[in-house]
Amino acid sequence: MSKSLNLYAVAIVGVGVTLVGAANFADRFVTPLPAEAPKMTDAPNSVYGMLIAAANAKPGPSEGPMGIGRKALPEEIAAWDLEISPNASELPAGSGSVADGEMLFSNACAVCHGEFAEGVDNWPKLSGGDGTLADEDPLKTVGSYWPYLSTAWDYVHRSMPYGGAQTLSVDDTYAITAYILYSNYLVEDDFVLSNENFLEVEMPNADGFIVDDREETEAHFWDVEPCMENCKDSVEITMRAAVLDVTPEEADAEEEAAAAKVELAAAEPATAEPAVEAAVQTAALNADLVADGEKVFRKCQACHMVGDGAKNRVGPHLNDVMGRAIGGLDDFKYSKVLAEMGEAGTTWTEAEMIAFLADPKGYAKGTKMSFAGLRKEDDQAAIVEYLKSYSQ
Amino acid sequence: MTADNSKKGASRRAFLRGAVAAGGAVAGGAMARAADGPEPLITEVQDWASGFGDPVDAAPYGMPIEYESDVVRRNVEWLTADTTSSINFTPIHALDGTITPQGCAFERHHSGAIELKKEDYRLMINGLVDQPLVFSYADLERFPRENHVYFCECAANTGMEWAGAQLNGAQFTHGMIHNMEYSGVTLRTLLEEAGLEAAGDLSDKWIYVEGADASSNGRSIPMEKALDDCLVAFKANGEALRKEHGYPVRLVVPGWEGNMWVKWLRRVEVKDGPTESREETSKYTDTLADGTSRKWTWEMDAKSVVTSPSPQSPITHGPGPLVITGLAWSGRGAITRVDVSTDGGVSWTQARLAKEGDTKALSRFYLDIEWDGSEMLLQSRAHDDTGYVQPTKAQLREVRGENSIYHNNCIQTWWVKENGEAENVEVS
Repeated sequence: MSKSLNLYAVAIVGVGVTLVGAANFADRFVTPLPAEAPKMTDAPNSVYGMLIAAANAKPGPSEGPMGIGRKALPEEIAAWDLEISPNASELPAGSGSVADGEMLFSNACAVCHGEFAEGVDNWPKLSGGDGTLADEDPLKTVGSYWPYLSTAWDYVHRSMPYGGAQTLSVDDTYAITAYILYSNYLVEDDFVLSNENFLEVEMPNADGFIVDDREETEAHFWDVEPCMENCKDSVEITMRAAVLDVTPEEADAEEEAAAAKVELAAAEPATAEPAVEAAVQTAALNADLVADGEKVFRKCQACHMVGDGAKNRVGPHLNDVMGRAIGGLDDFKYSKVLAEMGEAGTTWTEAEMIAFLADPKGYAKGTKMSFAGLRKEDDQAAIVEYLKSYSQ
Repeated sequence: MTADNSKKGASRRAFLRGAVAAGGAVAGGAMARAADGPEPLITEVQDWASGFGDPVDAAPYGMPIEYESDVVRRNVEWLTADTTSSINFTPIHALDGTITPQGCAFERHHSGAIELKKEDYRLMINGLVDQPLVFSYADLERFPRENHVYFCECAANTGMEWAGAQLNGAQFTHGMIHNMEYSGVTLRTLLEEAGLEAAGDLSDKWIYVEGADASSNGRSIPMEKALDDCLVAFKANGEALRKEHGYPVRLVVPGWEGNMWVKWLRRVEVKDGPTESREETSKYTDTLADGTSRKWTWEMDAKSVVTSPSPQSPITHGPGPLVITGLAWSGRGAITRVDVSTDGGVSWTQARLAKEGDTKALSRFYLDIEWDGSEMLLQSRAHDDTGYVQPTKAQLREVRGENSIYHNNCIQTWWVKENGEAENVEVS
């Protein structure tokens, strides 16, 4: 029952500091600095590492006990070792303003998180909630809950925007983080966040956390011989799940399947003409490609719906999108650039769609679609074929 | 949403009534026929006893027979904004034994289940190590291998029940769990290959582990745990991991919350402190009644649940012999005992463990009773080998309040009615 945690809460001193010093030395004098996110711990901090770096050599085999694997190159470590810790020692140099952040946020983040980071539908709220943590329904946001700014910067940089992770530059990340701080009233509108002033930002809930204390505060759950007979005088039901009634319905699928069968059966007698029409329509489509496209579409469905009952979500629904004017749905708020393309008379032809999908931001600078694009031509063609199957 | 759900609720109740009625009819019918005379199922030659079944090439990789099509993972749509960052639930109400088949083991993704080929797989070990290394999948297969059975439970399992009885089914209240036999290499082996001399005193060192998917899910783990029992696994239940569980390689962190079991594991960095990533600060921290929050609540405390009878698994055979069964587990060790109450906790009977508990793995328990057909308030209570006894929800709330979200290991109550239907309830 003894707890290992306490060991780790001890201050980081001694050997750790010495090593970081050595790493820092190696960083400056042995290896070229990686373009982005140079980290002390990235730097080779051992004899082996320095040798590789000095020679800038091909990766050698492991010199460990089993001799399996190869040494990692500094460029490889720099590419993956990006995470930022609370002391911000790994933060890359750069800066971004609230004003720039507001524009970036509006384009890349607001579709889910709202223009003022207040959250859309069930998507996370990033602002507000100040002073609610002890309430019945606390609102946990970057402002009200997150203890470290490094966490926000790191998460934006590596994991956002959703569906287009790792596409934001260092400066954009500073700007968006600055805007999130502003939306929480933690900085003024002329604030510029940088690696220089990063640690000066005070996070309101920085002291709101304690290390797991279950073994002390819940010690009474241990080593008790629980009652086995006559443990209480009476038992009353105090709450029922059926009253709340939020459980997903199992029967639905079966009912739908049954209903679909009935519809099919009803449709069958009238085969002749519709079947021919359908055959003609499907002949124009490459069924394999449509099937491939359905798979690729998983990359899109976080934001777009297509098919029966499709509605606008984060992105517009895509029924009948092929051949439609760009930005052509009245009930969806498009980015300015797409709306203007549509007004100029451009429609979603196969070529336009492929150009857009290959490089969304290059094709339509300012598009709200955060998706990074489909690099493979096969995937582009498959999606177009798939969308055609839902267009006339 | 309310209107929609009440419609669904009506339909659910109708479904359950149907199931119970049908069950009763079948049981009654079978008996009646037996009384009336010989059963045609026995006396008449059935198709399957005369013609062919499937040839051996019908299913190179077999799926469960169609009659089991309801034994599937299920999603609770209103829980999350989108299914690519969401969770589904293991149908524990319909399973027996302890091993969870991969195909119905719950999934939790933060950016969807990616497809990563073995050839494209790389694992990097860096930071405070003697030599930063890169392993390919083929490299990992050359290290000495171990096999262990462990449960993986999401910290949010039963999290929707903090404020009251909410979801009506063991799958939904307790289904963020699975239990598999893993084959892989110990993390210790890989860290020692990279060399830990450079890290100096290991007692205050940490590792940071991250996955290859777009969510960059990363967690900090104390070095002591990393060197103790963490496994870099590439097989589960004898076959390759499923993509939804991190194919080709995931981290296994026995007994600790599922979020730390990083899937598509791509990097392990030795560091001199915790990273305090998004998943270990803004999420997976437990807010107490006074607004302060516990962090680093890694162990999953002892817990159990009756899986049958339960709301999705009603009693369909009427009074008489009844098998009460369920699962118990502890992230701190092995299950040593499970008590079952049929009267809401007034009296308890020690259940039978199917076999001696394994450390940090599911245990199956049974209590065989003679049901008299009266209402029951079914509960189970787990004990583990650290002496921990599973608490009631009231006991947990007393310490933690109702806003913890995570780590709800309270005693669950099913109200089994005279007709055999069951409902998720809270009792005094």
